[in-house]
Amino acid sequence: MAEIRIENATKRFGDFVAVDKANLVIADKEFVVLLGPSGCGKTTLLRAVAGLGMADEGRITIGGRDVTYLPPRERKIAMVFQSYAIFPHMKVRDNIAFGLKMASVDPREIDKRVNNAAGLMHIEKLLDRYPSNMSGGQRQRVAVARAIAMQSEVLLMDEPLSNLDALLRLEMRAELKQLLAGIGATTIYVTHDQIEALSMGDRIAVMKDGLIQQVDHPTVVYDLPSNLFVGSFIGNPPMNFMRGQVQQNGALKVKIGDFELEPAERMKPLLKKYDGQQVILGIRAENMETLNHPVADGVKVQVRVVEPLGSQNLLTVKIGEDIIKVSTHPTFNVAPNNDVWLRFPADKIRWIDRDSEQVLYP
Amino acid sequence: MTTLTPPRREKKSQRKLLLYIPLLLATAFYLIPLYLMLNTGFKSFAEVDLQTMWRLPSGLHFDNFTAAFEQLAPALWNSIRLVIPAAFISSVLGSINGFVLARWKFRGADFIFPFLLFGMFIPYQSILIPLVEFMRDINLYGGVPGLVLTHVIYGIPITTLTFRNYYATVPNELVESARIDGAGLLETYWNILLPLSIPSFVVVLIWQFTSAWNDFLFAVVLTSPANWPITVALNNMAGSQIIEWNVQMAGAFIAALPTLLVYIFLGRYFLRGLLAGALKG
Repeated sequence: MAEIRIENATKRFGDFVAVDKANLVIADKEFVVLLGPSGCGKTTLLRAVAGLGMADEGRITIGGRDVTYLPPRERKIAMVFQSYAIFPHMKVRDNIAFGLKMASVDPREIDKRVNNAAGLMHIEKLLDRYPSNMSGGQRQRVAVARAIAMQSEVLLMDEPLSNLDALLRLEMRAELKQLLAGIGATTIYVTHDQIEALSMGDRIAVMKDGLIQQVDHPTVVYDLPSNLFVGSFIGNPPMNFMRGQVQQNGALKVKIGDFELEPAERMKPLLKKYDGQQVILGIRAENMETLNHPVADGVKVQVRVVEPLGSQNLLTVKIGEDIIKVSTHPTFNVAPNNDVWLRFPADKIRWIDRDSEQVLYP
Repeated sequence: MTTLTPPRREKKSQRKLLLYIPLLLATAFYLIPLYLMLNTGFKSFAEVDLQTMWRLPSGLHFDNFTAAFEQLAPALWNSIRLVIPAAFISSVLGSINGFVLARWKFRGADFIFPFLLFGMFIPYQSILIPLVEFMRDINLYGGVPGLVLTHVIYGIPITTLTFRNYYATVPNELVESARIDGAGLLETYWNILLPLSIPSFVVVLIWQFTSAWNDFLFAVVLTSPANWPITVALNNMAGSQIIEWNVQMAGAFIAALPTLLVYIFLGRYFLRGLLAGALKG
């Protein structure tokens, strides 16, 4: 059992607060991704769990044991670094065996585990080679093999795929996911790549400016972001945002430019408070319905740019004062400067407070 | 295209030739002392004359070398006894110092490092009297061990600097990865940084070997005649009345031979090691 609990962890570098009272519980065998832009504190938080940069405040426990101020070696963890950190003067075999040797594991057992880890990563043939003349992908495999040979209950990964080229990254993503599911270690995986996070994690913890913004299942984080930042950081293209004016003349409506939109019933009580004020509407590109003929409940917009992406056509349109992206079926025939009509399904719209930037949920 | 290639190549080789002429001239200039030394060393005593010093010897008189070697043998042995421990100990100490200064940010490290480097700039002459006093006090005056100690201490700044700079280029993640894998400070040094710094060891060992071998001042001040290293013995080989220049030159060649051999055989490792820290990111 290796549940990781992070309670009020804070880490400062001088006056700069890198991680601000982070709270996160990672269940045994769970795969949690720390996601955020560079400088958001995700790696700092990971390093606090690893023991490479102790937290200034708060508590971190692994399997019920307080490890906040323990050195790395007493935490029973394995880690994969962004730069792989393979020892250049050791053969691959000795690289994988290093941690086991340090732990004085029986040599026969070491041999068994090294071969096993190499087998899982498909690098049996590289075992007697030196890392210097290996490709990035091969080194990456060695780094992962070294971590899994430790058979730790906790596995920490710091952007392990970010140094690989795009195609290889795609391939390794699926392979790693499958491998990690088989191992069943409690895993914290740091990345700035939102697609990697969505595709791999059991849960995603989105971070910004040292604060954890939201922790949830990938589909929830994608569909129901907790705030404007999460919506804008996750998804490609990111969530669209438009300004709207709340008006209550009998029925509650929201005006976007000249267009009047009726919010979902369950949102109305919440939006009442914003009567006469502006709110931000968030909607994903694929959640709008695009039509090439006028409809009563659709808003007329002019197409600025058409990007055929194979699986979809991405349109850039202007609505009110805002530019948004709309995803359409690839067969939807439209040219720049054409008019199209957009329909907003009420349950797909997220309502955001303009000042706090928090998404409003009933 | 095909017609254009040969002239280009010719031009390139011409440029190469132009480069080689000054290089060869410079080499010849630098080899003049070596030529005179060997040339005179092979002459008979009767042939040695300032008028004829450029002339080649009538025959090869190897007996000069045997005579010089017989006279210098004890001093040669003293030099070896001096140089090997001096180079080795100062390299090991420099490596440990460099590791601690580069990898273990203890309080005061930023003060100690420049202070240590300051030692490099202390002129030998300025410390001779206190050095002799100190060696007397600790009963190491007159023997080789005292000289070893002096060279070790004088070598520490440069060896520390070399190793610290090299260890500072080792990626941090490598050290952290070793820590995660359970290696302590000493295990990290022994298993990771020490093997990685072999090029630095070559540089530092050659450097210390040469400077201890060529040192005259410390040796002449600190050692008694029985413990003279070769530099001092060579200087004293000349008799007071007649100087046997041929034997003297043969002796000088014997004294210079070890450092020459070290550079001939290890020179490329020396350069490689010097560049290793600078070029490898």
